[in-house]
Amino acid sequence: MYGRKVKLRFFFILLILLTLILSAFLILKSLEENVVYFQSPTEIQSLSEVDKKKIRVGGMVKVGSISMEVKEVKFVITDFKNDINVIYSGVVPNLFTEGKGVVAEGYLKDKNFFLATKILAKHDENYMPPEVKAALEEK
Amino acid sequence: MASLIGYYSLIFGFCFSLLIVLFSIKNFRNTNIFDNKIIFLTFMQFSFVVLSFLGLILSFVYSDFSNQTVFNHSHTTKPLFYKISGTWGNHEGSLLLWLLVLTLFIFIFLLRSKEQTKQYRILTLLFQQIIIIGFYIFVIKTSNPFNYIFPIPSEGLGLNPILQDPALAIHPPILYLGYVGSSIIFSSTLAATTLNYISKEWAKHIKNWILVSWIFLTLGILIGSVWAYYELGWGGFWFWDPVENVSLMPWLALTTLLHCILVLEKRLALTSWVVILSISTFTLSMCGTFLVRSGILNSVHTFTNDPDRGLFILIFLFCLIFLSLFIFFFFHKDKTQLSNNFFWLSKETSILINNWFMMYFLAVVFIGTVYPIFLEVITSEKISVGPPFYNKLIIPFLVPFLFAMTIGPKLKWIKSELRNKFNLITFLIISLLLSVLIIKSLNISFLLNSLLITAAFYLFFITLRDFFTRKFENLSQSISHFGFSLLILSILFNNILSTEIITNLKIGETFVTKKFKINFEKIEQKEEQNFKAIIGKFSVENSKGNIEILNPELRIYNQPNIVTSEADIKTNFLTDKFMTMNLVQNQDYFNIRYQTKPLMIWIWISVLMISLGGLKSLIKKKYEN
Repeated sequence: MYGRKVKLRFFFILLILLTLILSAFLILKSLEENVVYFQSPTEIQSLSEVDKKKIRVGGMVKVGSISMEVKEVKFVITDFKNDINVIYSGVVPNLFTEGKGVVAEGYLKDKNFFLATKILAKHDENYMPPEVKAALEEK
Repeated sequence: MASLIGYYSLIFGFCFSLLIVLFSIKNFRNTNIFDNKIIFLTFMQFSFVVLSFLGLILSFVYSDFSNQTVFNHSHTTKPLFYKISGTWGNHEGSLLLWLLVLTLFIFIFLLRSKEQTKQYRILTLLFQQIIIIGFYIFVIKTSNPFNYIFPIPSEGLGLNPILQDPALAIHPPILYLGYVGSSIIFSSTLAATTLNYISKEWAKHIKNWILVSWIFLTLGILIGSVWAYYELGWGGFWFWDPVENVSLMPWLALTTLLHCILVLEKRLALTSWVVILSISTFTLSMCGTFLVRSGILNSVHTFTNDPDRGLFILIFLFCLIFLSLFIFFFFHKDKTQLSNNFFWLSKETSILINNWFMMYFLAVVFIGTVYPIFLEVITSEKISVGPPFYNKLIIPFLVPFLFAMTIGPKLKWIKSELRNKFNLITFLIISLLLSVLIIKSLNISFLLNSLLITAAFYLFFITLRDFFTRKFENLSQSISHFGFSLLILSILFNNILSTEIITNLKIGETFVTKKFKINFEKIEQKEEQNFKAIIGKFSVENSKGNIEILNPELRIYNQPNIVTSEADIKTNFLTDKFMTMNLVQNQDYFNIRYQTKPLMIWIWISVLMISLGGLKSLIKKKYEN
C-alpha cells in the first residue's frame, strides 16, 4: 500500500494539472471569441464576405467629411487608397479632427458602411495608433 | 547649472555603487561583524540620487531649456505645481525616480534589519546593487535626463495637458513605491534562498516589506483609476487597458504573496511557492516597465518609442530572471513540512485555494495583455482584447473566490472544524434572500448576478459581524476583506444601475428622454494661466422635477495646443452625476454625455479600506516589536 503522504502528493498534483488544463482551455476559448481584429479600409474592400464580428477600422478622417446631427456623427475613414463611411452615435474624443488619425470599433454593415460603437480616445496630438501608422505606410 | 550638478551627482552615485559592491564583497568574506561603513556608503549613494533628482526639479522650476528633458516636457506658462510634477511625468525623470526609490529602500532596509545576520544583509544589498547598477547604466546610457541642447531654445514644448492634474502628479511616485518596493522583496528572497535562511523569523521580517509595497501599489492603482474616471471622460474607472493590466499583475502576485507569507510565518510551509512569488512579483513590475517604456503599448504612459530602451530593459529583465532561476534551482532547499500533517479543512488549504484563484486571474490578465503583442510579432496580425474577454473569464470565478474568502478566515491552522455553523448558515440564507429580492425588484438576468450578489453580501455580512464579535483580533484582515466585499458590491450595483445619455446639442437646445430633460443653456469663456476654458451651463431635470446644474468644461491649452474636456461630477454618497462636453472642429454641435453612476464613491472608499487593512497590520507589527 502507498502511504498517506504519497497518495496526498499524487492527488495534489492531479488537482493542479486538472485546474491548469481547465483554465488553459477556458482562456483560449474565450480569446477566440473576444478578440477584435484591426483592418484598414483597403483590407475591408478586399474581403470576400462581410463578417458579423466586431472589428476595428483605422485610418485618417477624410478632410471635409464630418457631419453631425443630434443622434449621430458621420464621417469617412480613409487610408488614401480606399474609403469607408462611418456612422457613429456616442462620445467623440477631443482629438477627433479632420485630417488626423482615428480608430473606430464596431460592426460592418457592408463593405462601404461601418456602424461604430466606439471611437478610441487618443491622448496626444502627435500620437498615431500603431495600426494606423502601419496601414498608412503600406500604401 | 542645476542640470550640471544633477548629472555629476548621477555619475558619483554610480561610482558609489561600485564602492558598495567592493566593500560588501570584502566584508562578506572577511569578518563576522557588519561593517557600518557600508551603511554610510548606501546613505551617500542615496543622497547623490536625491541631489540629482533635486537638480532635475530645479531645472524644471527655473525652466532651464538647455536641458533637453525640460525642453521636451515643460513650458514657462505652466503653473509651478505642474512644473515640479512634470519632473517625473516623463520617461527620463520617471526612471530617475525609480533609482531614487531603489536606493532609498535599500538604505532603509539596512537600517531596519539589524537583528538579521550579517551574511543575509550583505547579500541582499549585493542583489539590490545589481538592480541599481542596471538602472544606472540604463539611465546614463539610453535616457539621460540631463542632456544638453545648444542653441538654447527660448520656449519648451509643454506637458501633455491631461497629465496636468493633481491626481496624476502624485500617481507615479506612489505607484513606484509599490513597484520598486518589490525589488527589496526580490533581493532579500534571493539572498535568503542562497544562504538557506528562509525561516519563520525571516518571514516575519520580510512581511513588513511586502505590506509596505502592497499598500503603496494599491493606493497607486486607486489614484490612477480615480484620475481615469474624471479626466478621460468615459465615466469608467477600469478599462482593461494594457497599461492598467500591467499594474494589476504585480498587485495580484503581491497579494498572493502576502497571504502565502502568513503560512510561512506560522507553519513554515509553502517555501518554494513564496520564493517563486517574490521573484515573479518583481519580474512583473519590470515587465510592466518594459512594456510601457518600450512603446509596444500605446497610451499616456508611453512617453517615447525608442527601441534601444525597450531592448535594454528586455535584456536586463532576462538576466535577472536567469539569475533568480539559477539561484532557485541550485540553492533552494524545500523545508516544507506540509504533507506531514496536512488536512483539507484548515487555514492553509483555504489560503492555497485563494492562491489558485489569484494565479488564475493573473494568468487571464497576463494572456489578455501579452497575446496581442505576441500575435503581432509572429503573424503581424493586429488584434485587441477587450473587456468582454476579462469579464467572461474573471467574473464567474469570483463567486467561489468570495465564498473561500468568507469561510477561510474562520478556519484554524493545521486542522480545523467549522465553528459557528449556525451563524454561517443563517447569514448565507439572509444574503441569498436579499440578493433574490434585489434581482427581482431590478428585473435583471438571474443566475450569475444572484450568485455574485449572494457571495458578495455573504462576505460583507460575515466580515461586518467580525468587527463586533472578534474583539479586534485580526482586525487588519477583517478591514481588508470587508473592503473587498464592499468593492465587489459597489462595482456590481454601479454596473447594473448606471444610466447614460449621449447626444449632440447646439447652444440653447433641449434634449428630452423619459427620465431626464437636458437643457444646454449657454457657454462662457474664461482665460487661465496656460489655457482657455469654455464652460458649458447645463440644467438637468429628472422625472421628479429636481434640477441639477452641471458645468462641464473644455480646455484649450496653449502649449502643446490640445483640447481636453473636464467632466463635471456631482458626487454624493448614493450616486455620481457625470457630464462631459466635447467639441468637434468646425461644427455647431457639442457632443454631450450625461451619466448617473450609483455608488461610485464607495468604490474609492472600499479600495482605501483594503489598503487601510494593510496599514493596520503594519502598525500592529511595530507595537509588538
